[in-house]
Amino acid sequence: MGLEAKLTQDGFITTTIDSVIAWARKSSVWPMPMGISCCAIEMIAAADPKYDISRFGSEVMRFSPRQSDLMIVAGTVTYKMAHVVRRIYDQMPDPKWVIAMGACTSTGGMYRSYSVVQGIDQFLPVDIYTAGCPPRPENLLNALMAIQDKISKTRARDFQDKIPSEFSK
Amino acid sequence: MKDLIIQKIKERFADSVIEFSDFRNDLSVLLKKEAIHDVALFLRDDADLKCDMCKDATAIDWARRKNRFTVVYHIYSFKNNIELRLKADLDESDLNTVSLVSVWKSAEWYERETFDMYGINYVNHPDLRRIYLPEEFEYYPLRKDFPLLGIPGSLPLPKSEN
Repeated sequence: MGLEAKLTQDGFITTTIDSVIAWARKSSVWPMPMGISCCAIEMIAAADPKYDISRFGSEVMRFSPRQSDLMIVAGTVTYKMAHVVRRIYDQMPDPKWVIAMGACTSTGGMYRSYSVVQGIDQFLPVDIYTAGCPPRPENLLNALMAIQDKISKTRARDFQDKIPSEFSK
Repeated sequence: MKDLIIQKIKERFADSVIEFSDFRNDLSVLLKKEAIHDVALFLRDDADLKCDMCKDATAIDWARRKNRFTVVYHIYSFKNNIELRLKADLDESDLNTVSLVSVWKSAEWYERETFDMYGINYVNHPDLRRIYLPEEFEYYPLRKDFPLLGIPGSLPLPKSEN
């Protein structure tokens, strides 16, 4: 690798704290798999060896929101479930990101019905919307790469002294 | 077997039966709503019929018909391997009908669902609360006059902070 070759020569590299932290953040985005319906199957497929989400450092699917950075909302969100999704999102530590995976999550999809929320952006700040019903694993990986791009542009102080949303009520 | 069922019901409940229908081999009995409990008990306990399972209970909204609603029970006999529907018409002005939970325990949640979706009031039901929708919800979503996308604001969303 190029990095080690450099290290044997000089023993140091110059960079900024912001870019190191952003690089570390984007290289280990731990997802919270909010697998509510069939999109979850494609999300699982993205983790298998064929598509291998671990190439992006995101193989650590945490079922505890306390250890996650990225919420993948994969499935139809009903009005009753919306409260659960929001509560789990609130429990995730900052900084955090959200992927709305699939048609149902983004717009209500084919469930044009009184019981289904017509897009989770009505109660969650969504970073990336993913098209498809369900989206193929490549599409989810593409969304993850878009999130990584977004993270790489952040600076560490963007999140400084931010009160976690669960305490700000 | 169907002839036996029809004959037995006709013998005992001649005044309560409005009609029998046998559509595509599915036998239904339309009853007066006052009689549905007695008929159900009879069908369950009769030694030849033994309709010992209630597979489903639901309702139909006919929108503009005079008797707007029909309550339907799907019952089944393990002994004879035969399915049968009990129906009773309700008018919009009086949505009370007697609960069949005392006959088939399995009807409890089906009746709660029907109450949730159509607003039919099952008298003597042990626990008639909404089963799917929030308890403070004021509408009955499977009625024909309920809009497809619901009433805006009738179901609460979590507050968005950002």
